[in-house]
Amino acid sequence: MGNPIVFFILALIAIASALGMLASRNAIYSALFLVLNFVTIAVLYLVLNAPFMAVVQVTVYAGAIMVLFLFVIMLLGAERSGSRTEGLRDWEWILAGFLGAVLIIVFLTNLVMNPSAVGDTAPFIDTSPAALGLRLFEAYVFPFELTGVLLLAAMIGVVVLGRRKKMAQLEKGGNDA
Amino acid sequence: MTPGQIAIRALIVGFIVTFAFITGFAYTTLLERKVLGRLQHRVGPNRAGYIPLPTRGGKERKLLGGILQPAADAVKLFFKEDITPGKVDLVIYNLAPMLAVIPAILILAVIPLAGKVPWLVPDPYQYFAVAPGVNVGVLFILAITSIGVYGVVLAGWASNSKYAVLGGIRASAQMISYELAMGLSVLIPIMLADSMDMGGIVAAQKNGWFVFLQPIAAFIFSIAVMAELQRAPFDLLEAEQELSAGFNVEYGGMRFGMFFMAEYMKMASLSAIAATLFFGGYRGPFVDQVPLLGFVYISIKIIIGLLLMIWIRASFPRLRYDQLMSFGWKVLLPVSVANFVVMAIVLVLQAEGVFQPLVSAILEFIGG
Repeated sequence: MGNPIVFFILALIAIASALGMLASRNAIYSALFLVLNFVTIAVLYLVLNAPFMAVVQVTVYAGAIMVLFLFVIMLLGAERSGSRTEGLRDWEWILAGFLGAVLIIVFLTNLVMNPSAVGDTAPFIDTSPAALGLRLFEAYVFPFELTGVLLLAAMIGVVVLGRRKKMAQLEKGGNDA
Repeated sequence: MTPGQIAIRALIVGFIVTFAFITGFAYTTLLERKVLGRLQHRVGPNRAGYIPLPTRGGKERKLLGGILQPAADAVKLFFKEDITPGKVDLVIYNLAPMLAVIPAILILAVIPLAGKVPWLVPDPYQYFAVAPGVNVGVLFILAITSIGVYGVVLAGWASNSKYAVLGGIRASAQMISYELAMGLSVLIPIMLADSMDMGGIVAAQKNGWFVFLQPIAAFIFSIAVMAELQRAPFDLLEAEQELSAGFNVEYGGMRFGMFFMAEYMKMASLSAIAATLFFGGYRGPFVDQVPLLGFVYISIKIIIGLLLMIWIRASFPRLRYDQLMSFGWKVLLPVSVANFVVMAIVLVLQAEGVFQPLVSAILEFIGG
């Protein structure tokens, strides 16, 4: 599990940045807090002896997805409009409370029923990229391929949606894409 | 070594390497101005500092005119009034230049700079780097370059200026688009070397540089690097005619200087990566006998890379924005995907021994 002091510092940063994301009024700040959260989680993976996961976490979430988020926020000018100061609606409070309660109950029951789950397990697993790749393509090949198909479907969907919009524009007579 | 010793070694080595590269950055600006000047039939900066030579024939002779120009630039940038425009987002405005510089420095951590130098390289490792033996070194580089875009995008947004925002948006779109081609071309050395460790990739090039095995990947990588650096001909985000100066238009003083620092340091570190992945890294003649020579070879390769970038800047006009995007997505990405697939198939067939009978048949045919 690495050094407990490092773990608690990272956990604090992760929780603080998650709260900051929820609390900040400005969408750009929210996005940046989320980036900080992702990077902290990546460092946690590193502490857990999983460098591949850490690097992929940074590349995919911090590097690609959040840049796209920022892109959208900046293009739409959403950082100024979306300030819902009146607070949450009733059903939102209930739903959030329910989900939070479920999370805490599951966590606590796991902790009580199975104390060894929080033991020192991480260093015994081979986390080199080669070992990870072999596991992905041998033990987990079906879910892996399934994910690939899902992503492909999403990609084709995006292309189709984008194209249909362009066609509609052309039919209306506008010639700027 | 204990973890504490590893950390202390990494700190010291990292400090020295970072310092060396920052000094190098200063002189890269001079190199660029001088070479660009020569390529455009100018002299370039030649006033600040020189080495006087003994006069010959009544003529005063100077050597290395302009050698202190980077120092003069630094002094000027530091002493400029630090102007902050009125309606900027203060926190992000101040954060953005740092976010631009930090990734540029972080990339240096995994680049092998020399072979097994006695004293400098602790025992389990085979090469000198700030962080040797990272088994995901190549992915680390991709991760860090992918977060490098934040500095530019946030600078554009925080400046609260239309030109700056447009520059920032162009930057993010461009970097996302070219990262794909870059990532796919980086996979080729990984496959050839069978290792994601930068040192392993260098070691695998002992008998031949990967650029000879895979010139297409090297070519795609260099194009993607130019786009990633936002240098000419891909410097659309600072197109003076369209955006006045792009994302950094509202910055002044040393904050402005930090964006330039990020650009030039990234130039150096990315040419070091290109050298490592495709041009044999620190390897060269006699490097196994005298490991210290590795520093010399990698420096020479980095300088050649820098000169090439400057040469390209002087030679090519800027692309139009839609040309840039369609080139990245419709040409570079398909070509690199195809290259990757073909390479994978060839490597598997070779491992299965399909080529052996073919080669021997050809040899037999030639030999008679």
